[in-house]
Amino acid sequence: MSYELSSHVRDKIDDWKTRFPADQQRSAVIRALHLVQHENKGFVTAEQMNAVADYLSLPTIQVYEVATFYSMFQTQPVGRNEVSICTNVACMLRGADDLVDHVEQKLGIKLGESTDDGRIFLKREEECIAACCGAPAMQVNHKYFENLSSEMVDDILDGLD
Amino acid sequence: MAIEQNLVCFNTFGSPESWTMATYEQHDGYKAWRRILAGELSPGEVIEEVKASGLRGRGGAGFPTGLKWSFMPKNYDGQKYLVVNSDESEPGTCHDREILRYNPHSLVEGMAIAAYAMGATVAYNYMRGEFMDEPFPRFEAAVKEAYDAGLLGKNVQGSGIDIDIHGFIGAGAYICGEETALIESLEGKQGRPRFKPPFPANFGLYGKPTTINNTQSIASVPSIMHKGAAWFAALGPEGSGGTAQFSVSGHVEKPGNYELPMGIPFKTLLEDICGGVWKGRRLKAVIPGGSSCKVMPAEVIMECTMDYNSLQQAGSSFGTGAVMVMDETTCMVSVLRRISRFYMAESCGQCTPCREGTGWLYRMLTRIIEGKGEEADLEKLVDVANKIEGHTICALGDAAAWPVQSFLKHFYDEFEYMVRNNGRSIVEAASDAAA
Ligand SMILES: Cc1cc2nc3c(=O)[nH]c(=O)nc-3n(C[C@H](O)[C@H](O)[C@H](O)COP(=O)(O)O)c2cc1C
Ligand code: SF4
Ligand code: FES
Repeated sequence: MSYELSSHVRDKIDDWKTRFPADQQRSAVIRALHLVQHENKGFVTAEQMNAVADYLSLPTIQVYEVATFYSMFQTQPVGRNEVSICTNVACMLRGADDLVDHVEQKLGIKLGESTDDGRIFLKREEECIAACCGAPAMQVNHKYFENLSSEMVDDILDGLD
Repeated sequence: MAIEQNLVCFNTFGSPESWTMATYEQHDGYKAWRRILAGELSPGEVIEEVKASGLRGRGGAGFPTGLKWSFMPKNYDGQKYLVVNSDESEPGTCHDREILRYNPHSLVEGMAIAAYAMGATVAYNYMRGEFMDEPFPRFEAAVKEAYDAGLLGKNVQGSGIDIDIHGFIGAGAYICGEETALIESLEGKQGRPRFKPPFPANFGLYGKPTTINNTQSIASVPSIMHKGAAWFAALGPEGSGGTAQFSVSGHVEKPGNYELPMGIPFKTLLEDICGGVWKGRRLKAVIPGGSSCKVMPAEVIMECTMDYNSLQQAGSSFGTGAVMVMDETTCMVSVLRRISRFYMAESCGQCTPCREGTGWLYRMLTRIIEGKGEEADLEKLVDVANKIEGHTICALGDAAAWPVQSFLKHFYDEFEYMVRNNGRSIVEAASDAAA
């Protein structure tokens, strides 16, 4: 099965490529993967990776390597809203682990899993997300939410489509 | 004691739309850059000024910024690059995000000045992928405003100076904060640190001479050039010029990002700025500069000032200025396990001691917490950490080792109590006894 990049994605990649020397198109691969993952609502498929490789004239392995190395790329199907609760030190000190327990119970899934209806992917976040002064913090579809309580998290999660 | 805040990188904070060029210019923004465009300062003069300011790299290692710039080859005809490190992922650290969101022009102007000083005509700002929603667009908008105002581009205002500035966005990997991994990532590869030498100043981005600096280091440059090296140096004590942005997190009443003069006493930072330890509790420990720094017991850090020399003499380091505060109820074994899990997850796997050692550390700590630890494990933890330290390609290995060594050195009794009591924590025991 082949996949065609949308014209929107192609335009964005073309624009991004101008930031790099003409012989360094490979620099655009991370951005390209973000763009296709976004269009696919949260994960990239092999067909998409092949299409990116084709478009940037790269061996497919170079695109696969990148997609599997970076934690923001999902190469398996996941729920369409990505929720990552920070559990690193500063957030842990202010109750992040309880928050994770609460969300796992509420959604009936564990970290790293998605809900059956495909609505929520509860990412297992290893990194600190750089919002430590607003701990505990999380990102939902890359938007920051800080100084969280379980009530706030409930509201935010209930509001996702 | 009244302490002035927001003197350098946060100087637009509190003004309406602090991220716009108009606001930035009301705070003397782009004055230094305009002087350069008018031909008033040579590259050598800029480097000398930055050297004299005492500015040291805020990315963690504290290397003198002006000196680093002087390592770039001078009589080199090819392309040179400046790369800014906005990967900001050292646990506890969240002030670069504030600069990107609320004063991105200080970074843009700083990049222009730094690139000019080193003869680089292209500069990239590498932002972590998690910044894509707000910090990244703010930076992009600032760059566009600067281009539109005719302050960037080719032969800017007829000065003969070329400078192009571009944003770049990563995709989640702590290791990409290490400067050579960051270069690899910018080239579209997996973020694996390179062997050094060659150093980036000779063989960096696309094999060209490259200097990498932290966001805050570069965003400090416009104020240094405008107000003068002497002014900046005098803000802090000997050896630590200027201000620093402290990300104070954990068990304090008022966590926050505070830009303060270097050398502020820790006690003042904790009690006057941050409202003290929360809930009226007592201080147990502080990690003063991000999770890669050695932990300090309360009684040691309470005597320190927050600058390079003081923290180093007291057995830790300034790091990134990310101050993580822990109160008396904190279980140090649990905190160390979380830190070790982080380094295990983020090791790129190139070096055996780091790849294998970080996993061992985490598994041993887990065993202890699960009540299956033995006293011999405590020695083994330190032994494994010692075998990682200094035996790896990049400093992530050291960063994984130092917390283990320092937690066991200062809080040995907590680890010992836990192995002797089947995983029960000493703080749990203390709170049960009090109840
Ligand atoms: C594992 C690791 C992670 C790092 N992460 C960052 C980071 O997120 N931001 C940063 O500026 N420096 C980071 N550094 C330090 C950089 O390698 C480099 O020293 C720094 O960006 C240089 O800038 P400076 O001289 O202005 O501090 C990291 C280093 C290591 C070993
Ligand atoms: S020390 Fe660890 S992170 Fe650094 S290069 Fe070696 S394996 Fe990779
Ligand atoms: S520790 Fe959670 S945002 Fe930094």
